[in-house]
Amino acid sequence: MSDLSVLYDAPGPRARARNWLYTVLFFALLALVLWWVLSAMADKDQLTADKWRPFVDDSRVWTTYLLPGLLETLKAAALSIGIALPLGAVLGIGRLSEHRWVRIPAGVVVEFFRSIPVLLMMVFANQIYAQSTDIEPEIRPLYAVVTGLVLYNASVIAEIVRSGILSLPLGQSDAAKAIGMRKWQVMCFVLLPQAVTAMLPALVSQLVVIVKDTALGGAMLGFGELLNQHREITANYGANTIATFTVIAVIFILLNLLLTTFASWLEGYIRRGKKTTGAVVHTGATDDMGFDEPLGKH
Amino acid sequence: MNLRKASMSAAAALALALTATACGGDSDSGSDGDSLTIGIKFDQPGLGLKTPDGKYEGFDVDVATYIAKEMGVKAGDITWKEAPSADRENLISNGDVDFIAATYSITPERKEKVSFAGPYLMAHQDLLVRKDDDSVGSEKALRDSKLKLCSVTGSTSAQNVKKDVAPKADLLEYGGYSECLTGLENKAVDALTTDDSILAGYAAQKAHQGKFKLAGLSLSDEPYGVGIKKGDTKLQKQINDAITKMVDDGSWKKAADKHFGPANYEYDDAPKITETS
Amino acid sequence: MFDFLDQYDLWDAFWVTIKLTIYSGIGSLIWGTVLAAMRVSPVPVMRAFGTTYINTVRNTPLTVIMVATSLGLFQTMQIELGGGDSSETGFRLAVLALIAYHACFVCESLRSGINTVPVGQAEAARALGLSFFQVLTLIVLPQAFRSVVAPLANVLIALTKNTTVAAAIGVTEAAALMSTMVENESDVILLVFAVFAFGFICLTLPVGLLLGWVSKRVAVKR
Repeated sequence: MSDLSVLYDAPGPRARARNWLYTVLFFALLALVLWWVLSAMADKDQLTADKWRPFVDDSRVWTTYLLPGLLETLKAAALSIGIALPLGAVLGIGRLSEHRWVRIPAGVVVEFFRSIPVLLMMVFANQIYAQSTDIEPEIRPLYAVVTGLVLYNASVIAEIVRSGILSLPLGQSDAAKAIGMRKWQVMCFVLLPQAVTAMLPALVSQLVVIVKDTALGGAMLGFGELLNQHREITANYGANTIATFTVIAVIFILLNLLLTTFASWLEGYIRRGKKTTGAVVHTGATDDMGFDEPLGKH
Repeated sequence: MNLRKASMSAAAALALALTATACGGDSDSGSDGDSLTIGIKFDQPGLGLKTPDGKYEGFDVDVATYIAKEMGVKAGDITWKEAPSADRENLISNGDVDFIAATYSITPERKEKVSFAGPYLMAHQDLLVRKDDDSVGSEKALRDSKLKLCSVTGSTSAQNVKKDVAPKADLLEYGGYSECLTGLENKAVDALTTDDSILAGYAAQKAHQGKFKLAGLSLSDEPYGVGIKKGDTKLQKQINDAITKMVDDGSWKKAADKHFGPANYEYDDAPKITETS
Repeated sequence: MFDFLDQYDLWDAFWVTIKLTIYSGIGSLIWGTVLAAMRVSPVPVMRAFGTTYINTVRNTPLTVIMVATSLGLFQTMQIELGGGDSSETGFRLAVLALIAYHACFVCESLRSGINTVPVGQAEAARALGLSFFQVLTLIVLPQAFRSVVAPLANVLIALTKNTTVAAAIGVTEAAALMSTMVENESDVILLVFAVFAFGFICLTLPVGLLLGWVSKRVAVKR
């Protein structure tokens, strides 16, 4: 049921008029709330230029704090995504294995690392690296953050991969076996390629979580990522907390929008490619959690 | 059910392994004569602050630089490292830093894990209130008051407030002091409470001058020490000598006036060195 | 080895964590369902609102949302949600922030669940003359919920662990107690972390396993 218009009839003239009325009412309400918020902020001197100006006319806010922070965030996120994706795929396939000695350890790893708060994993990783490796202290927080993120997100990705594969019709693997494919061939050439399409939206959701979770290591480990920069900025520019949080939130939102837009383009690209081979999975457990669903197509 | 049991025992094993490794930490400290790595706060105006120019300033920074100079290390050869409160002991025992000067109060629990030199400053818990607010006059008034106080989650100051300083007060806890200051400006809270040295640093900032003042109560003693690797008596003596010299030649007072002066903070005289062994 | 725990009320702190989880779990389920309904509704402005809400809130770090409720709603707008003192207000604001954030994930899971319901179901319902609201509540959502128990369990586990962010606005839950212990017990700091890691495993592991079992029981066989 990817095309949701099956849920209701096409709007007639009366429904269209009503929709217009709803739209007008909604925007009136939105304007009212906005006015209320802004006037309350103005009342409390939160809109004074002093608090917001540094982000516009002091380029050092960007060069000293925000951009280096963004770079650290991107580094940690890219590394975590790069490692967690293949690891998660292996764990997810491992949980579906026919051998108990593969299935059970994979299951234990997934359930265990899914249950511990990521921050605590980062702290433990930092300590283990400090005790038993000679990774430079300057770069150790990055390693710790990446380790924590990889362990947690690989577990979640494993679950996504598993449900993606389970969502495929049984006939697919039966047919593959019938033509004499080996088990790994069934997985690599038949199941995984189809499952990827089905689980892509859920995967993207998880990638967004990775980007945001890089922020966890900041306060505890002295990892200088983007969100953590708000302490140094507010300490220098007179406790402009609300302004700083707003700016950082906007950067995060833009960054993640970029990621999701790219992913939905990729999803469409893969789907279009798949259509020619005729293998489209419409019944995936996580099918079509589209992000930029075209609006008003009715 | 098997799975759950297995995971539980794995968790317990992990916990034990971690604590075991944590106790056996003994990597070498990186002091090699011509360069030093020093842990400071990056977000504490007046004590340790990373400025927009990418430089570091504050009283802790000045003390650390002076100590480094006495150890024969030029200011340019110091690597500053952020030392978040929760990470200070580990930074020292892992040998990531040579010493830490980051609003680090000397307490018996901390001395289990690290050694201290100094103290170099005696801070006291105090209140920061709006300029026109005179409602908090004395310790006694505070104890019976129902003020809205603000401090950092889990900090010693927050615990003191709950225990005996102002048990009846309505305490709001945040992740950092900036949120409290915004609340103070917004009149959502009546006072921010923590060490007076930290409060003075905020009050002395250009953006805050004329807005806030210290109430001038001494609710606790917080001797700020220099954290060093446990049992390093040689470094302890070096640092103690440096601090003594800094006080004697007037640089200590100059640094204190520079960073705390604008807030009209009447800081205590340099404390007597207590950490000798 | 664990005698330092005697002076702290671990159970109290974890009880607040559990309460946060339960209240915000129920809240996110309701608000998430409403959001999902908005995103598939016939009214364009509702769909637009749903999409914008998801794209904004889901892409913002939870810490920012949490602090925004406290600095924005409480301090600036003086909305106390009838909390009285600041700890009760903080708790209610934290629940609000957790609901606002996790409802996004509930909504997205539910939407994927709606996608698994065969088109014929909705078409048959409309042929019977049911309205959009009836199609959704009587036919589509009941089937959709049964297919997304596992993803919803993931959201619940994430929610349980994310309650720790509430410490940033002073809710006295497990993470706040942990900061207190980190401040006081610096000699056994890793043991403190291990205790809390174990506490969270105890909370989330049974929930994950139980709901995993439930999801298999209630799944729609097709």
